[in-house]
Amino acid sequence: MRRAVSIFVLLASGVTAAALPFTVQGRVEAGAPQAQTQSAEVKIDNFSFTPASITIAVGTTVTWTNRDDIPHTVVSDDKVFKSKVLDTDEKFAYTFSKPGTYPYFCSVHPKMTGKVVVQ
Amino acid sequence: MTKVKDEILHDHNHDGVDRRGFLKCMAWAGTGALCLMQGGVLKSYSLSRLSDLDGAKPTVGDLSFVQISDSHMGFNKPANPDVAATLQAAVDKIGALQTQPEFLLHTGDISHLSKPEEFDTVDQILKATGKSVFFVPGEHDVLNDDGKQFLERYGKGTQGGGWHSFDQKGVHFIALVNVMNLKAGGLGTLGHDQLEWLESDVKHLKSSTPVVVFAHIPLWSVYPEWGWGTEDSAQALSYLKKFGSVTVLNGHIHQTMQKVEGNVTFHTAASTAFPQPAPGQAPSPGPMKVPAEQLRSVLGITDVNYVRGQHALAVVDSSLA
Repeated sequence: MRRAVSIFVLLASGVTAAALPFTVQGRVEAGAPQAQTQSAEVKIDNFSFTPASITIAVGTTVTWTNRDDIPHTVVSDDKVFKSKVLDTDEKFAYTFSKPGTYPYFCSVHPKMTGKVVVQ
Repeated sequence: MTKVKDEILHDHNHDGVDRRGFLKCMAWAGTGALCLMQGGVLKSYSLSRLSDLDGAKPTVGDLSFVQISDSHMGFNKPANPDVAATLQAAVDKIGALQTQPEFLLHTGDISHLSKPEEFDTVDQILKATGKSVFFVPGEHDVLNDDGKQFLERYGKGTQGGGWHSFDQKGVHFIALVNVMNLKAGGLGTLGHDQLEWLESDVKHLKSSTPVVVFAHIPLWSVYPEWGWGTEDSAQALSYLKKFGSVTVLNGHIHQTMQKVEGNVTFHTAASTAFPQPAPGQAPSPGPMKVPAEQLRSVLGITDVNYVRGQHALAVVDSSLA
């Protein structure tokens, strides 16, 4: 019974944009990234990127949304992408066209780090 | 918050401070700190306690100045929807001081989003003090432009990212910048060029010269998990070893905190905008919301006396009223 309920919750929340990161995470765990995925979301909350690591297919657009009361940035360690400062609820999107691993951080609070793996 | 007794439970370093006492010193107040230089010894008082101080003996010093910090002009979230009013309140307190400070130090995060109008507002409010203000940038002041705007406004006669030094009544003041070129996963950074400059800046000074260093991010490891520290601060402090009295003033953590290490006393000032949680006491260092009526009131008081030649931190009163 508990299992049925949790599956229902997952399906129900799967239609909302907010739950997208969980969908992506689930795929990572399953070890089967799908080429059709065209967008993914990362939340910036409590001075951290969630999920901190995502695996996506080439061509996917990742959108970061700052949900903190404090501004943050999204800056690739290798200067591949760099957002302007994002105030509360502001977004930054980047489309990954090449496979690879892209570590990134918040240049205002460098303890905040994340990673995008493009397959 | 509750009132805690002032008793020392474990004094491992024989410095008169146990861990609990140290944590308790991190009381945060709403406005800023008054610093008095007396015979090379710096004493700091929370601005909220100045009514106790005015006319009293400690205000008769060789040099007095006020440190304010973290105005975050432009911030408008529930933790403080009117940061201009609280900065004004800080200015009013400074104006009411019986012993007027010679000048002000602002230890960064003047603005919240590096917008010109935010800097303009702070400049307007601080102008009313009629005092010179020495600024160092916080990370919020150098967003998007690597500090270009900050340097144009406040960086005349400074070097690199805005570092400089000056002398006032025999005290050597050093302004350091540790919010530029931050690296992924790291803390605040001074960088090679600034360290080199610092070494040569203090080389010619007599060891008896009192030194005051001010920078935004703490120059000691307050809580690295939240980025509250500076990668290469140890090297900077190594250049200051010869001095009998070194006082380091920082902001960034929006709460007062003190520490004494050998010849160096460290002090962080409260914000004029909003408080932040004590290290590790919240999921993140984000703004701490308190009831509106508490925002301006004194929530923490930390009067600390530093005594030269006696490496004891004398906490006069660190309880929360």
